[in-house]
Amino acid sequence: MDFEDAPQEAEFRAEVRKFLSGNAERRKPGTAEGYRSSQSAPGALERAKGWQAKKAAAGFAGITWPKEWGGRGGSPIEQVIYNQEEAQYAVPRGFFEIGLGMCIPTLATWGTPAQRERFAPPALRGEEIWCQLFSEPAAGSDLAGLRTRAEKRGDEWIINGQKIWTSGAHYSDFGILVTRSDPTVPKHKGLTFFFLSMTSPGIEIRPIKQISGHSHFNEVFFTDVRIPDGQRLGPVGAGWQVSLTTLMNERLAVGDAPGPDFREIFDLVRRLELEDGPAIKNAAVRERLAQWYVRTQGLKYTKFRTMTRLSRGETPGPEASIGKLVSASKLQEIATFGMDLMGMAGIMADEAAIPANALFQQALLYSPALRIAGGSDEILRNIIAERVLGLPADVRVDKDLPFKELPTGKR
Amino acid sequence: MNFDFSDELKQLREEARRFLNERQALAAARRVLDGGEGFDRELWSEIAKMGWIGAAIPEEFGGAGLGHLGLCVLAEELGASLAPVPFASSAYLAAEAILMAGSAAQKSRYLPKIAAGEIIGTLAVAEGPNAVDLRRLAASVAQGRLTGSKQPVPDGEVADLAVVAAQAAGGLSLYLVELGGAGVARERVATVDPSRPYARVTFSGAVAEPLGGAGEGAALLERLFDRAAVLFAFEQVGGAQAALDMAKAYAMERYAFGRPIGSFQAIKHKLADVYVATELARSNAYYGAWALSQDAPELAVAAAAARVSAGEAFSLAAKENIQTHGGMGYTWTFDCHLYYRRAQVLALALGGLRQWKDRLIDALEARNTGELEGATGITP
Repeated sequence: MDFEDAPQEAEFRAEVRKFLSGNAERRKPGTAEGYRSSQSAPGALERAKGWQAKKAAAGFAGITWPKEWGGRGGSPIEQVIYNQEEAQYAVPRGFFEIGLGMCIPTLATWGTPAQRERFAPPALRGEEIWCQLFSEPAAGSDLAGLRTRAEKRGDEWIINGQKIWTSGAHYSDFGILVTRSDPTVPKHKGLTFFFLSMTSPGIEIRPIKQISGHSHFNEVFFTDVRIPDGQRLGPVGAGWQVSLTTLMNERLAVGDAPGPDFREIFDLVRRLELEDGPAIKNAAVRERLAQWYVRTQGLKYTKFRTMTRLSRGETPGPEASIGKLVSASKLQEIATFGMDLMGMAGIMADEAAIPANALFQQALLYSPALRIAGGSDEILRNIIAERVLGLPADVRVDKDLPFKELPTGKR
Repeated sequence: MNFDFSDELKQLREEARRFLNERQALAAARRVLDGGEGFDRELWSEIAKMGWIGAAIPEEFGGAGLGHLGLCVLAEELGASLAPVPFASSAYLAAEAILMAGSAAQKSRYLPKIAAGEIIGTLAVAEGPNAVDLRRLAASVAQGRLTGSKQPVPDGEVADLAVVAAQAAGGLSLYLVELGGAGVARERVATVDPSRPYARVTFSGAVAEPLGGAGEGAALLERLFDRAAVLFAFEQVGGAQAALDMAKAYAMERYAFGRPIGSFQAIKHKLADVYVATELARSNAYYGAWALSQDAPELAVAAAAARVSAGEAFSLAAKENIQTHGGMGYTWTFDCHLYYRRAQVLALALGGLRQWKDRLIDALEARNTGELEGATGITP
């Protein structure tokens, strides 16, 4: 039992370190990033494109992509090693993960070689950005209940409807889109998948303002948008199967909740005085700290167990599915407790006046999103129960009814 | 990254699981629970013959020399099966104390017999519910004679040898006391888990041989507790997994409202939470195993984290196993309560979780904060 890289992995890690130290600045210790904070800074998109181009030129973009896609043809453990090393650096994040992690793999799996050759390289170099047009007001956790219509007319499809929560739509060049092509059959059978340019006539993008005050995602309205049949991915009616490819990749791409973690709350506690003495000596504080430490380390060592399997060329075990569920709630708890320790002034959000640059206060406002997006806590528990523990699926009252007969409530 | 047990140890784990299932260790635990002998003698002697007790005892002292990683995998299977044997007392407590602090003569005298299962060892520290603070222990030794009363002492009725914490001129110290000698009286005490018997042991001038230096008792106990915490954590993880498996099996078979109760989200989400807690505990226990096997400076933190994580996971798993079983879970006949009782015993075996959380923060304070890495940290 040890933490050593296998020789090939150690070589790769050394290569990565050489690239990073020569091309990027290290993060200052103790400066946790907020959720998408690097994306919100002015000039972030240009910096991100510059960094992505550098990575791609050095062979560190698309590490697990096959060489035919323009990737490195490397192993999952190498992607993990790269991510570990890059996390130590203050590089722009958040613009390309959806495209490279989900959209291009879907296109490469279901599209033609020519399409892959056209789209994979510019995405890898950061020249083109992709978004994922899946969720709708009536279809989030129940994605298969989506309603955006696709009607065939000659060699084209006409799209009408609305998507929501589309991260990055406002700066994306292309998107993958799943639609309802046949409302007369059960919901999973009447879907068809496409990709399209985000500048297509008839697309209207409206930013959604979040609790945090930022607008990272959008509503996207489709009014008679035309998509050539050549941009359909997978057979007509096979949209669900294609979506599963995307969603599988999403689970692997989503990482831990960013923001104040044990380190930050521990540092805060060590600096504060409470009414009965130093916060670090307060029994109630110590109890909470211990519980978060144990969860944080538990997640870290669970990742090590996953890495061990990847290192052996095995697929991740079921324990790999617990990360998001544990870290999102922990973040929300740490945020509120950090504020609690600041007493009456804990509500202040001025970065200059509040410890940790008001990171706890920001995390209060964005942590709810992390318990919902990318698989809500409730759905993740269902998935653990059904796919890991093997408990029986829920009774589905809508599985075999024609889509147009499904009850939908008033909202 | 190689954060896993070796293939040989995984095989040992498989064999241990098969053996304990074939020998129906859980049924044996029930017999002890129902008022049988203090432990299953046959099972104990078979375990001894397989060399398990001495897994972490060096070969020169009659052990199997498998190291602490071997002892950890065995602990997990013993914890899963609730095997009613004085394994923890002998191996994690007495043997570890002698290995840590014993002279060469003491090691040669006692370890081979402990490894062979010929003598049962234990640790006598607690003196009732009001003496949680080790500095307030009253048992004392003068001129080599021990006076005082210890309770609850694990396997105290059947043990041959006890490591005892007592006050002396130099401060709190550890002693080896042969329990068959004069001046030792013992009787079983009722606890919440009769499948793991405890005793009150009263010493009136019993011969007590120093183990370790005078006044070193508190420091030795701290180190011993760290080591034992990791081993108990593996028993707790094994127990948590067994309780989860039981709950899941019941949820698949039991029908209500026309379908298996496991298809209801209330049950699904409950068991998902137990799964998450158990996996976190397992990961923390693995790190504890590494630190224990390496005698790493990280052991104090690793042990406390493993203990807190595993203690909470086993308690959660055991109580929600009862919950999932509904009314049946509350009957004597169903096995749910065996795990529920054992979870509490293990949660308190080295002092409660409140203390250990406090201990964990002490250990983190003592470490250089610069070494603290978050979840993205590469270094262990």
